[in-house]
Amino acid sequence: MNLVVAPLLIPLATAFLCALAQPSPRLQRVLSLGGALTLLICATVLLQQVLIHGAVSMTAGNWPQPFGIQFTADRLGVALVLVAALMVTIAVLWQESDVDAAPSSPALHPLLHGLVAGANGAFLTADLFNLYVWFEVALICSLGLLAQGGALRQLDATLKYFALNLVGTLLLLTAIALLYAATGHLNLVALGDAAARQDPAIMLPLIGLLLVAFLVKAAAFPFFAWLPASYHTLPGPVLALFSALLSKIGICALIRILAGVFQPGQALLCDLLGWIALLSMVTGVLGAAYHWDMRRILAFHSVSQVGYMLLAIALASRAGDAAAIFFALHHSLVKAGLFLTAAMIFRHAGHYDLRRVGGLYAARPGLAAMFLLLALSLVGIPPLSGFWGKYLIVRESLLQGEYLWAVTALGVGALTLYSMMKIWFEAFWKPHPDKSWQLPARPRLKPAYIGLGALVLVTLWMGLYPEPILGFVIDAAAMLRGETP
Amino acid sequence: MIWAVALALGTVIAAGTYLALSRDLLRCLIGLALLGNGINLLLFSSGRLGSNAPPVIAAGETTLGSAANPLPQALVLTAIVISFALLCYSLVLGVRLIKLAGSDDVSRLRAAEPPATESDKPALEETA
Repeated sequence: MNLVVAPLLIPLATAFLCALAQPSPRLQRVLSLGGALTLLICATVLLQQVLIHGAVSMTAGNWPQPFGIQFTADRLGVALVLVAALMVTIAVLWQESDVDAAPSSPALHPLLHGLVAGANGAFLTADLFNLYVWFEVALICSLGLLAQGGALRQLDATLKYFALNLVGTLLLLTAIALLYAATGHLNLVALGDAAARQDPAIMLPLIGLLLVAFLVKAAAFPFFAWLPASYHTLPGPVLALFSALLSKIGICALIRILAGVFQPGQALLCDLLGWIALLSMVTGVLGAAYHWDMRRILAFHSVSQVGYMLLAIALASRAGDAAAIFFALHHSLVKAGLFLTAAMIFRHAGHYDLRRVGGLYAARPGLAAMFLLLALSLVGIPPLSGFWGKYLIVRESLLQGEYLWAVTALGVGALTLYSMMKIWFEAFWKPHPDKSWQLPARPRLKPAYIGLGALVLVTLWMGLYPEPILGFVIDAAAMLRGETP
Repeated sequence: MIWAVALALGTVIAAGTYLALSRDLLRCLIGLALLGNGINLLLFSSGRLGSNAPPVIAAGETTLGSAANPLPQALVLTAIVISFALLCYSLVLGVRLIKLAGSDDVSRLRAAEPPATESDKPALEETA
């Protein structure tokens, strides 16, 4: 049986069933968790298939290529689908706890699964216009999730998110229209072949426009303003899902376009992308250094970490793409874990702002250990997963003679350490500023700890035994470039 | 024909950009919707303009001849539906926001990112 479209159909069906089950919140929660677990199993089976048989494809209506709409599960796509499945399972599980869970609303679970369907579609599609449609599905569901609270600050954040992302999708649509007019193809493989026969002077601005659209989605400098303006108004589990999925949609599309479709590589665009990556890394980390709200610190770090992925893509080699894929997987898990830890800190100490919390090292040493593992992994301290991501990027930069890029990547790592240690000292080490503060009585923490623990274990595994994943991402990069592994 | 469409496209996009840059929230949203419609027009014209022949390949031929390519027309239908849904959503959002904030001036909508009160530290965020 062909499972390629199952990661789209399962969340869509779950969203539909959850919407039908809205008179009974209990049934809705059961359906939602069941759908998330089914997706997780299905993504694992699909990964197995891809590992054994190579990329698996399906064309709608059995149309001959390049006319049918095609879905292809290659290694990059299926790995991101697996991450999405894991994250939605954790988010739904987290809803069972009382740790900054989203206010229960009948639309919450359908929107969560709709967002996952949009993201999975964008990871798996092999058709440019179809990619636009999945971007829109994800955008519409995320708009719904952002507006859930209905308070002024949430609606304000939704507006900023809406306006900037809409401009991004309009740029994408423009690029698609012009590329179609120039080449007559939308299928990514056929588009790549047709583009190679076209005048490079015509193709360069069109590909550039496409990249700008993806950079808006990936929250890169100077288009990142939507991300730190909106993320911190979301409840904990939804925020973790957003941080794991949304910018990865843009990153995945960028890797596909630059490494796979438009070969031979666009040297000028890759050079420009490298400088954009540097500016993203530096502005993101400096923005984070200024802030005291944990969610905003972590949101600005997302911008800086997107910079690392862009830098790896800009290196335009097999090792560079492999590093970008590894970093994307690592960042999805670790950053989501950190957002969830921030929610735990909020639940225990009563605030997201570091000036209002403290004393958690004495009160919750287990949580402190989990935070430290995730934070040091984000910084890139060996032997945690972030170390391997940064090692691959810095090594490839040095091999290509881009010493400035390598040095900036290391320097930004040091500034990341500053922000993480700020959270460590303020939330865990210093005593709580309020002398009468006590741990909340009888919180429902178990589902939250299970979710967070799973992320910490995966991060530890990626760090301590990276061999299988390193081999996997190098094969994934080779697969994208159409080279033999 | 192509010149008339190009001129219309330029006008719509210029008007959309002008409105989208406005500080009035509703104008800004209408501007974004106009921009979307301008881009839809661009997508539509990426087929072929000015032909009213049916898009059917004649017997014995292998190409479409002078008829317009029907694919961009199908694509633009999808894009129109999406942009209309987003326009509706944004108008509801805008109206609700104006009611809650008591102002339709975009530069005064600072609820999500409140301006700093001290010179070197950001404002305390609400936790809700």
